[in-house]
Amino acid sequence: MQRRAGGKGGLIMTIVYSDREDEAAAQVPMRRIKFTVNGEKKIAEVEPRLLLAHLIRQGLRLTGTHTGCDTTNCGACTVLVDGQAVKSCTMLAVQVDGHEIQTVEGLASASELHPLQEGFREEHGLQCGFCTPGMMLAAKALLDRNPDPTEEEVRWALSGNLCRCTGYQNIVKSVLWAAAKLRAQAPAD
Amino acid sequence: MYPSRFRYEAPHTVAEAIRLLAAGGDNAKVLAGGQSLVPLMKLRFAAPELVVDINNLPGLSYHRADPDGTLRIGALCRHADLERSALLAGTQPTMAAAAPLIADPIVRNRGTLVGSLCHADPQGDWASVVLSLGGSVVAEGPDGRRSIPMTDFVTGPFQNLLAPDEIAVEAVIPAAQGERRGGYLKLERRVGDFATVGVAVSLETAGEVVRRAGIALTGVGASTIAASAAAAALTGHSLTAESIAAAASAAAEAARPRTDHRGSAEYKRHMVATFVERILTRCSAEPAERAA
Ligand SMILES: Cc1cc2nc3c(=O)[nH]c(=O)nc-3n(C[C@H](O)[C@H](O)[C@H](O)COP(=O)(O)OP(=O)(O)OC[C@H]3O[C@@H](n4cnc5c(N)ncnc54)[C@H](O)[C@@H]3O)c2cc1C
Ligand code: FES
Ligand code: FES
Repeated sequence: MQRRAGGKGGLIMTIVYSDREDEAAAQVPMRRIKFTVNGEKKIAEVEPRLLLAHLIRQGLRLTGTHTGCDTTNCGACTVLVDGQAVKSCTMLAVQVDGHEIQTVEGLASASELHPLQEGFREEHGLQCGFCTPGMMLAAKALLDRNPDPTEEEVRWALSGNLCRCTGYQNIVKSVLWAAAKLRAQAPAD
Repeated sequence: MYPSRFRYEAPHTVAEAIRLLAAGGDNAKVLAGGQSLVPLMKLRFAAPELVVDINNLPGLSYHRADPDGTLRIGALCRHADLERSALLAGTQPTMAAAAPLIADPIVRNRGTLVGSLCHADPQGDWASVVLSLGGSVVAEGPDGRRSIPMTDFVTGPFQNLLAPDEIAVEAVIPAAQGERRGGYLKLERRVGDFATVGVAVSLETAGEVVRRAGIALTGVGASTIAASAAAAALTGHSLTAESIAAAASAAAEAARPRTDHRGSAEYKRHMVATFVERILTRCSAEPAERAA
């Protein structure tokens, strides 16, 4: 194992668990995994039962990914794994070994918001904001696949994400706003 | 919530997966899309000691047709692959209709058709679809492969015929005897809900005559129901208002619905008849549409 001093990218992460069972430490199964999160390479040692949502929130301290229902219904915990939207409360952390994770923190660059984030601001796509990260990542997966979706296609793609505040109208508008901006930015060919 | 403690293996060959399952015995579980198993493990309704993740097994993501038209769906083919499939859109009307109605788009990115069959939830949509098409599951174990017809595969709610050291490697839909028609209709309270009522109808027709019919019902009994009498009412005849009505009422009779938070038994039975009639009416109108 290599440990680079300083530079956050080089730190090996440890997750401390509450010990509620009484196996000897050697009996506890652990797996070492390598993955990328928002472009940064990471190594982690995880118990196989650790959920991806916990790895992201507690392990990586990327708390933009929310857990709402914790029962695979609400989509607040949506992240992208190899570009595909998944509910991180319903995937094991060990399963991202060798894969690439994108969370809401990876959307903005140092100086600029992502067009989806701008769209949600321009079109008032959020109120409490709890569902927003999941909405934006589900929307990103759609726009990566289909840069010019119809309103119906946006609604369909977001139908696994629940919002208790907005009534969805402005979320749909926000995504369409972002789609238009992304198309305008795309190099013409 | 988080699952109870388990050992985890992610083998790279089917043979290795089978060996691990054999060693794990009754306390081992296969993990495919995880969209049923992980929630159950978090609720501690399932507490396997060993989880064998099959997501690293190569070459199981396919769905493809053999030259003779037999359709094969690999164990890692996701609901979303089937939803976007041009092959299904062109050749499998019942499957193409069902794929977008499974769960929600994010769950569909992970969940698999084969996993859904294995899970044997009486409210699973694919079991009805595959049953209506006369399909089967191919299981691989230490002694090789065997094919299990869907009619035998599910042995009870959440129970299937697989031995603890067997993996379902693919689902198979036999080639059609003639032209395929059909559909799947599902009544759900909202996207992502399980079916209040689901109806799969699969026909194989030669000219106007129905050569084979399969009708199966989701969510209206303790397991998926094959409405054989309803299918028999169609076989050998052309689709007429009378044969459609006969099939619809036979299907409603085959249903064993229970009153629950999704609706009354009476309402569900009525919806079975309505859906059978709706799909068949659409099927009977199709050739005219094409000729136009
Ligand atoms: C919010 C939500 C809504 C849903 N709505 C619907 C719905 O409307 N209709 C519907 O049909 N389903 C629905 N589902 C279930 C979903 O379709 C699952 O994907 C499916 O039931 C199981 O497939 P999986 O690949 O995720 O299997 P897993 O969860 O990985 O496994 C399920 C079970 O099957 C076994 N298994 C899986 N694959 C194999 C294999 N190849 N060989 C041997 N055993 C295997 C596992 O050991 C486990 O016992 C929903 C799920 C969620 C979370
Ligand atoms: S927290 Fe994962 S779907 Fe709600
Ligand atoms: S903005 Fe509050 S849940 Fe969507």
